[in-house]
Amino acid sequence: MDRTTTEWKFSLNLRAGILAVVMLAVLLGLWEGLNHVPALGGGGAELSEYEKLMGGADETAKVPPPSEILTRAWEELSNPFYDAGPNDKGIGIQLGYSLYRVLTGYLLAAVIAIPIGFLIGMSPLMYKALNPYIQVLRPISPLAWMPLALFIIRDSEASAIFVIFICSIWPMLLNTAFGVAGVRQDWVNVARTHELSPLKTAFKVILPAAAPTILTGMRISIGIAWLVIVAAEMLVGGTGIGYYVWNEWNNLDLTSVIFSILMIGVVGMLLDLALSSIARLVTYQE
Amino acid sequence: MTMNNDHNSLGNPFDHRQSLIHGRHCDCQACSDDARTPSSPHHHDDSPQVTAPEARATPQGQEAMLDRVVESALVRGMFGHSDMHRRQFMKLVGGGTVAAALATLLPMDAIKAAVKEGLGPLEKTRLDVGFVPITCATPIIMAHPMGFYERYGLDVSVIKTAGWAVARDKSLNREYDAAHMLTPMPLAMTLGAGSTPEPFIMPAMENINGQAIVLHNDHQDKRDPQQWKGFTFGVPFEYSMHNFLLRYYVAEHGLDPDQDIQIRVIPPPEMVANLRAGNIDGFLSPDPFNQRAVFERIGFIHLLTKEIWDGHPCCAFATSQRFATENPNTYGALLRAIIDATQYSSNPENRSEIAEAIAPTNYLNQPVTVIEQVLTGRYADGLGGVQNVPDRIDFDPFPWHSMAVWILTQMKRWGYIEGDVDYQQVARDVYLATDAEKVMRELGYETPGETSRNYQIMGKTFDYTQPEAYVESFAIRRS
Repeated sequence: MDRTTTEWKFSLNLRAGILAVVMLAVLLGLWEGLNHVPALGGGGAELSEYEKLMGGADETAKVPPPSEILTRAWEELSNPFYDAGPNDKGIGIQLGYSLYRVLTGYLLAAVIAIPIGFLIGMSPLMYKALNPYIQVLRPISPLAWMPLALFIIRDSEASAIFVIFICSIWPMLLNTAFGVAGVRQDWVNVARTHELSPLKTAFKVILPAAAPTILTGMRISIGIAWLVIVAAEMLVGGTGIGYYVWNEWNNLDLTSVIFSILMIGVVGMLLDLALSSIARLVTYQE
Repeated sequence: MTMNNDHNSLGNPFDHRQSLIHGRHCDCQACSDDARTPSSPHHHDDSPQVTAPEARATPQGQEAMLDRVVESALVRGMFGHSDMHRRQFMKLVGGGTVAAALATLLPMDAIKAAVKEGLGPLEKTRLDVGFVPITCATPIIMAHPMGFYERYGLDVSVIKTAGWAVARDKSLNREYDAAHMLTPMPLAMTLGAGSTPEPFIMPAMENINGQAIVLHNDHQDKRDPQQWKGFTFGVPFEYSMHNFLLRYYVAEHGLDPDQDIQIRVIPPPEMVANLRAGNIDGFLSPDPFNQRAVFERIGFIHLLTKEIWDGHPCCAFATSQRFATENPNTYGALLRAIIDATQYSSNPENRSEIAEAIAPTNYLNQPVTVIEQVLTGRYADGLGGVQNVPDRIDFDPFPWHSMAVWILTQMKRWGYIEGDVDYQQVARDVYLATDAEKVMRELGYETPGETSRNYQIMGKTFDYTQPEAYVESFAIRRS
């Protein structure tokens, strides 16, 4: 009796893992079973010309089963960097383009948002002066900027980066301001008794103290940026994972669409993991 | 696959071992290459072509090729196009001697320069040409895999665009050197309707016909447009033939397109998904999406637009006035490639081959059988029948001024443009019929010899000389 309880306790993680796998298997099995396309032709009857032109005798298209998606994933992932012309590139290249746009826009936003956030956080005057503008600009859907960006910037690549920039700047700006404003007054006072210059106070005391909040803002931003790039690329086209989704939608190829949805999820998760591990470096215990 | 019908003018005319005729048993490099690609068309005509052929034969580069073409033409002329005599003579005297003798008699350099003036050195060989993935763009697209751009010394990237608004903006931004557009777009852009005004020109039409009205399968019993009250239709763009033809069609059946039905702009690739989701009841859209809706068992083809107006214009090859004036030679070469490709697409025999060339992911990204049904005109109609309409889509590069005038009358009719319009002047400025005619003649194609004519559209006559009266003759209109 005693042994069994320890055994149960010991394998909680393992059991959770097994349960998760079983649930996935049942779900995928149902999906696979319910969507199985009946074999073409039935009793081997010849298709009429009409049926041939209609692409076979089967009924309307269904959601592709998991086995098809896995096959497609294998095909795409075994050759991720092929380049068969400007409109047909491997999934690796498409993701690369999207990551490049996201990171460029995002880093630009960080370079601008963090200093301004600092300023706003440290000066109640600036905070009150800039707050109305931030509140108006923040809720605008980034895609609404696209037509204006295309018109003013006159370059679709730069416009996509601008859209990423404008949507990832707000969480970083607000979180930086919030973090800076929330630094405990005691610490600032200690810095003052040590006669640190304002600049030194900012770097030695306020920045480390506000860093976890700033990183939280950066983590929210990268998530939003990755969400937006897919939509932006569907609109502008050319390259990127958003274009890939659009191009396969255009061909009504749901297998590829589901595959790319999974890829978008995986890359988004990796981006988030990267930032959360950076965040862990700057957390502190009071 | 590339077309090889030009290389025969590139043999060295001063070499007695080389045939310039390339008869059936010719064993020269170019001909044995051809033999390996049996489906490629052979036109072994002997007339030297002034335009620059592809670079696979001996002379390298545009300049050298043109030199060779001129020499060849002169030598052939001297020998009355008898290749036997030429080869005997060269063998006897020696090619070098003849070349030298010829040079003293004729100002060879001057002649060569004069020919090159027709085309001249290209200002720019790397070009980006945008297209929206529909069969109307066939000539622009197929010119890439089938080597029409290369033939004129151009390295063109054909870039897929998500919709017309983006195509327009990328053209205005000069990200695209030229683009596939809808025939009303360059008119609208020039007039500044729906965009910043920038002079655009349309030196070549792409396709005529080739669109259709598709209805959702639920509406199989509603074949009379008068039953369509309250329907929502998709069109690809406001400034499109699709919009104007749909408006014309329902208005002729007594429905007001702004009151009785709703017309929604949906990019062509999204039409089928929207029809499936029930967001729209039908659409007048470009192929392959009409056929794709049938293929997906979502809708049926109510009618082909050729039944509204047989031979109506649809899509165009357009570029900015600025590109054409800054790069006249490149513009000329590009136009030649497009007109050549359009004429090639027009030939029904080439359609299946083209369908296969443009179906892959890089171009239309559609099943071959769908494209083939559109291009060959033998198609399933979605109602259980197989139709055979060979001119379901056709390709004709000539940009009729009268077509521009018709489009302008419809823009006026539906309130897209206001005030006085100088119909004929705008048509002449944007639709460059004379450029097209010149190039078509040069390439040896027939031209109509006029730039305007009258049309019968659903039994109503359009007189291009009376555009204002035509607009006023409609009972349902906004202006």
